Amino acid sequence: MNQNEFVHLVAPFKDKIFRVAKRLLISTEEAEDATQEVLVKLWNKNERLDSYNSVEAFAMTITKNYCFDQLKSKRAGNLKIVHTNFTNREPSLHQQVEDSDSLNWVAKIINNLPEQQRLIIQMRDIEQYEFAEIAKILEMNETAIRVALSRARKTIREFMIKTHSYGIG
Amino acid sequence: MELDKKEALLEKYFEGETTLAEENELKIYFSSAAVASHLKQYQSLFKYYASEKNQNFKVELDGLKVKKRPIVWISIAASVLVLLGLGFYTFNSATNDKTNQGLGTYDNPEEAFKETQKALAMLSNHVNVGIESIQYVENYENTRDQIFIME
Repeated sequence: MNQNEFVHLVAPFKDKIFRVAKRLLISTEEAEDATQEVLVKLWNKNERLDSYNSVEAFAMTITKNYCFDQLKSKRAGNLKIVHTNFTNREPSLHQQVEDSDSLNWVAKIINNLPEQQRLIIQMRDIEQYEFAEIAKILEMNETAIRVALSRARKTIREFMIKTHSYGIG
Repeated sequence: MELDKKEALLEKYFEGETTLAEENELKIYFSSAAVASHLKQYQSLFKYYASEKNQNFKVELDGLKVKKRPIVWISIAASVLVLLGLGFYTFNSATNDKTNQGLGTYDNPEEAFKETQKALAMLSNHVNVGIESIQYVENYENTRDQIFIME
């Protein structure tokens, strides 16, 4: 497979890789790095790509593993200026203004979910994968995914209702 | 669409039981202007989902393409070159040994005869020199004969 064919092959899902990476890593720069990294890994597997029946699912699995590794190594380091923690503790004026925007509120709620749930929400509600596909990518069974998804959605609902009725946003 | 159905669908959604088609139905409903007031609280959620899908990966892919490949090829090429060089060198020196050192052969028989004679003469000269220095050993034999009378 040459360069052009490869670019063609990844074109339909490279944005998805980026969005999933961003959902997990939060920062845009890190997500871009992760996406590059994943694509390089794919490119290096070039010859064997044809043997996978879904390159996209394979790419998503690589993305998931890579991001979890990143998060793990970040957590191992003592420096804890992870974006979520940082912004949550000391919201700048800019952040507060942004927070009044309801869409940003939703983003914040989702980004405060546990990583696994965040990933499932991203793949189901944003990227709209079938449960079977998500199960394959995450190497979990479908029931477990449904349960995690429902839990995540309900958590979001809880926060949304609070926000809506008390007007915290 | 009737409101009851939407509420039921929403409930199903939160249970994680909806299909993709049903979820799409919800997305379409919430993106419309006619959202029931008590469901408005969920509107931003579905709007957010829709808006998130528009994020794109903008970094150019070129440049990271040709990373690993050439290294493999270069190493293969280098080892082939080294092997070739080594083979060539050993082969050449082996053939050189044969041709250059030579065995002093002659094509012309007369010349060869002369050279052989010369070589043999030289050899006999050297041998004679050796013999001369041993000549005195005969003296021992003579004195022995004088002392021990042979029968």
